[in-house]
Amino acid sequence: MTAPGQEPHPPIRGGLRITQGTFSYLPDLSDEQIVAQVQYGIDHGWAVSIEFTDDPHPRNVYWEMWGMPMFDLEDAVAALREVQRCREAFPDHYLRVSLYDPRLTRQTTALQFIVHRPAHEPGFRLDRQEERDRVIRYRLHPYSGERPPGERYGDGRA
Amino acid sequence: MIFLAYPGSGEEPASSSAGRLTSGRGDLPIGPASARPLNGTGAPTSGSRTDKEVDKVSIEREPVHQRSRWASGVIPYKLMGYWRPDYEPEETDVLAAFRITPQPGVEPEEAAAAVAGESSTATWTVVWTDRLTAYENYQGKAYRIDPVPGTEPPQYLAYIAYKLDLFEEGSIPNLASSIIGNVFGFKAIRALRLEDLRLPRAYVKTFPGPPHGIVAEREILNKYGRPLLGATTKPKLGLSPRNYGRVVYEALRGGLDFVKDDENMNSQPFNRWRDRYLYCMEAVHRAMAETGEIKGHYLNVTAATMEEMYERAEFAKELGSVIIMIDLTAGFTAMASMSRWARANGTILHLHRAGHATYTRQKNHGVNFRVLAKWCRLLGVDHMHAGTVVGKLEGNPASIKGYYDSLREDLVCRDPACGVLFDQDWCHLPGVMPVASGGIHAGQMHQLLHYLGEDVVLQFGGGTIGHPMGIAAGATANRVALEAMIQARNEGCDLMRKGPEILRRAAAWSPELRAALDVWGDVTFDFESTDVPDVVETPTPVAS
Repeated sequence: MTAPGQEPHPPIRGGLRITQGTFSYLPDLSDEQIVAQVQYGIDHGWAVSIEFTDDPHPRNVYWEMWGMPMFDLEDAVAALREVQRCREAFPDHYLRVSLYDPRLTRQTTALQFIVHRPAHEPGFRLDRQEERDRVIRYRLHPYSGERPPGERYGDGRA
Repeated sequence: MIFLAYPGSGEEPASSSAGRLTSGRGDLPIGPASARPLNGTGAPTSGSRTDKEVDKVSIEREPVHQRSRWASGVIPYKLMGYWRPDYEPEETDVLAAFRITPQPGVEPEEAAAAVAGESSTATWTVVWTDRLTAYENYQGKAYRIDPVPGTEPPQYLAYIAYKLDLFEEGSIPNLASSIIGNVFGFKAIRALRLEDLRLPRAYVKTFPGPPHGIVAEREILNKYGRPLLGATTKPKLGLSPRNYGRVVYEALRGGLDFVKDDENMNSQPFNRWRDRYLYCMEAVHRAMAETGEIKGHYLNVTAATMEEMYERAEFAKELGSVIIMIDLTAGFTAMASMSRWARANGTILHLHRAGHATYTRQKNHGVNFRVLAKWCRLLGVDHMHAGTVVGKLEGNPASIKGYYDSLREDLVCRDPACGVLFDQDWCHLPGVMPVASGGIHAGQMHQLLHYLGEDVVLQFGGGTIGHPMGIAAGATANRVALEAMIQARNEGCDLMRKGPEILRRAAAWSPELRAALDVWGDVTFDFESTDVPDVVETPTPVAS
């Protein structure tokens, strides 16, 4: 993959950073940047919700809800305070903010981004089960999944 | 059906009907030999009159007389009930807008009536069997004609209404055979283009629509608030399945959401479909493990027969693919069948519009792409290629906006500046995700977002795979550029003014984006568009 005269390029983010959510390829958002994104949603009439999990499998749809969605929020700073409280309670979990658009024909999440992640992300192993005619069944195995909920990241706190 | 065996009845090919009209009958208002002046008075200017001619002249001066209307022979279409300037379209009518270039000597009303006639009940001569029907119900009715400004030879926009009764529920082939069937070869018309089509609510509700649609697709993929990113594997032909899968893996792990088979990647000797699917799905799952994100590869299931298409689609599903792909060249019926399959099997359906420009691109003849887009939304696809504005393929900003709106929005209002000639209510039929592909790169991210919005798949083939640091780095460059642009937009930044600066700032910490901008930053494709809406006079913006 390397053209003549160029340095070999190391794997990019391989296994080190889960890239779900809209801003995972940017440096982690500052509190100010989180407020700006939430305010954009509030200005559109979107509800704000905060969710957390220590099972970031890409098909884990239902992260735990940090309270109910905030439907009538006017000031994004209030949402940031909730993010901070959630972070303090679950420092070794993934936290995401979702902005939900209830308009007819949408009625779905309009923007979602990760606002906190564990210091160390072990990622996933790909398990292969060989079947007939070279067909392979795949299974994503989270390295953190061996331990029970709450003990999967960090030193087992929370 | 004894009537069908009667000589002279039954379906007439357009060529033969027009041939008769011009064969030594100078009195007829159709065809180059016509002696009728364009002012529509109906007064012949030369030649001796037969009794029939006199009869016809009197017909034009007065309402159609029952006896004359049914006399054997040929009478103008406009006198047979196909020109109805007094007609008020009903809510349940299918409405069509045709751009007509009549042959010299054919008056526009007659040309419009002929199109209405040939696309509904008419044949070239009077048939008494019409009288066995409530024929007025089945006749297409041309009800309005607007000259198109600045055209020579003169073109006209003719509006025609069709009763819903003329069309089979939920069948695009039937709709197409009626409205763009024989009529496009009709000799009295020099050129003909179907510019737009209004599908009444009652008809829309007989179609299944996209197997999933934009909202459901985003929920399946767990990706919100930004365009999706894709790339077509390059070279599109020649790679073995194993090498092909390498490109897929690198692009996905680097940050793309999708990679794509190209339209002509089916099952050639160098890359048979089953092996390709196996390697591509290895790549997809590996990339999911590397990123923790849902990834997909559009496995092209287009084949010579439906049986083979189903076989390939089943295998794609068995391997866990979230998406499959079909080509427009498979035909409307095949597309609709795969749409049913995709909904029943939980698979997103991508459509590549292979071949469309053979009939959508020229302004004076064919079918406007918007009409094709509407048909595909009705019969049901989840993705459809619809232009980039700034890339290498045809499309000016106003036309593309019209296409994108027709695919995505629920209510599209008449806007001739964008080529949209009718209000269209989609009755909450889910939207189709438009796909922008062809000659686009990270340096255009602000323009792409500005013109195309958020619900779109941006596909950077060369702009990913041609990256100097490798395919994964190319993918990362695109993803970084996109996320930086979305962040800035949401913070209130004016993308068209500040876009290049936003990219430069992101490139300061992203070596992948920096390299992409160094290679492609200045590449643009500025050519005049061929297909520009000109029903009202509009400026012709060229993407910059």
